[in-house]
Amino acid sequence: MATIIGGIGCTHVPAIGAAIDNGRTQEPYWKPLFDGYPPAREWLAAARPDVAIVVYNDHATALSLRLVPTFLLGVADRFSPADEGYGPRRVPMLHGHPDLAWHLNESLVLDEFDLAIANELDVDHGLTVPLSITVGEPDEWPFRVVPLAVNVIQYPPPTGRRCLALGRAIRRAVESYPEDLKVVVYGTGGMSHQLQGERAGLINRQFDMAFLRTMIDDPDAQAAVPHIDYLREAGSEGIELVMWLVMRGALGGPVREVYRHYHVPASNTGAGLIVLEPTTAGAAA
Amino acid sequence: MAEPSVNPTHDYEDIPGTYVQDGAQTQRGYQLCMALMELNRADGRAAFAADEGAFLDAHHVTAAQRQAVLDRDWLRMLQLGGNVYYLLKLAAFDRVSVQHMCGQMSGVSEQEFVQMMVGGGRSADGQRSKAEQH
Repeated sequence: MATIIGGIGCTHVPAIGAAIDNGRTQEPYWKPLFDGYPPAREWLAAARPDVAIVVYNDHATALSLRLVPTFLLGVADRFSPADEGYGPRRVPMLHGHPDLAWHLNESLVLDEFDLAIANELDVDHGLTVPLSITVGEPDEWPFRVVPLAVNVIQYPPPTGRRCLALGRAIRRAVESYPEDLKVVVYGTGGMSHQLQGERAGLINRQFDMAFLRTMIDDPDAQAAVPHIDYLREAGSEGIELVMWLVMRGALGGPVREVYRHYHVPASNTGAGLIVLEPTTAGAAA
Repeated sequence: MAEPSVNPTHDYEDIPGTYVQDGAQTQRGYQLCMALMELNRADGRAAFAADEGAFLDAHHVTAAQRQAVLDRDWLRMLQLGGNVYYLLKLAAFDRVSVQHMCGQMSGVSEQEFVQMMVGGGRSADGQRSKAEQH
């Protein structure tokens, strides 16, 4: 049986990837952020997952307003880093897990989550930056990746409650997969930030801390928070945080917080990193 | 392009200085966004570099959107339906930073915007609702 061994919540700011790719992580601006990463990397290296399900959003890269799937599952055997205008990030090709991905699709659709399917998908910083943050600069990624793209650009994104429920359904799906695989789930994006309008630059540390506390301890309460609260308090792009609720749902019942780091700013964003472990085996909650 | 005719009140319209990418915004800005999407590709960037006006005409943006792009008026592009992730394609083409774009939108220089972020960012206090500002 496949099992979910942990969850990671992680900001996906493109400038963090650029700092890594251009060797600037020890500059005074970036060092306090990167100094927070080793414990998460050590946890992940010790956990040795076989597969990561990465819940992320595309930023007008492989997807556009032309077609807007609310949830899109990547079932390919490989995913290339995308060209976002500066050429593709020089990070390794990502290897998918088509068998698990197709199992997830079948299980989730029959569980009444109507996913769209991507047989081809270039992945942007939304997916690759969290991997760089938590793995570093490997020659090959140490695990396979199943991308799950969530629409958080065309309003409205799926509700927090829907994201949490999808996460719980992912847990059921993973646990019904016969092969012994260790799976981690990433929820990416956020935390508070706004990249547009006269209110650009909004950061709300208090909201971010409250989000972490409630998401961890009482995920149903966090899932009930309406979009307006994210828009108002965490900025127009802070609504990406609903993707962390997919990760939280996949961990089932009570969780143990392994590690947390938070720093302002990473570019224009409240940068959060959290590592959680499930405390209950089996399809609890 | 006609303005969207159905325009119900939304709770988020009360948030100052914030342009939510709802259906009305996408109706206004779809052609502009899809034109800027072309800058993801080398051939699109070459065509835009060769003749910005002709490129925009070929993508059927409005006259106001065309002028906003030529002027690099980021706030105006946003107000005319542009979405920030598409505007960032143009910023990348120009090799200008997100902070440059956000600074212009919020009426400060790039350096002032960067300093605001280093100082912890823009507080939500006084920025949660238009009512709160008055």
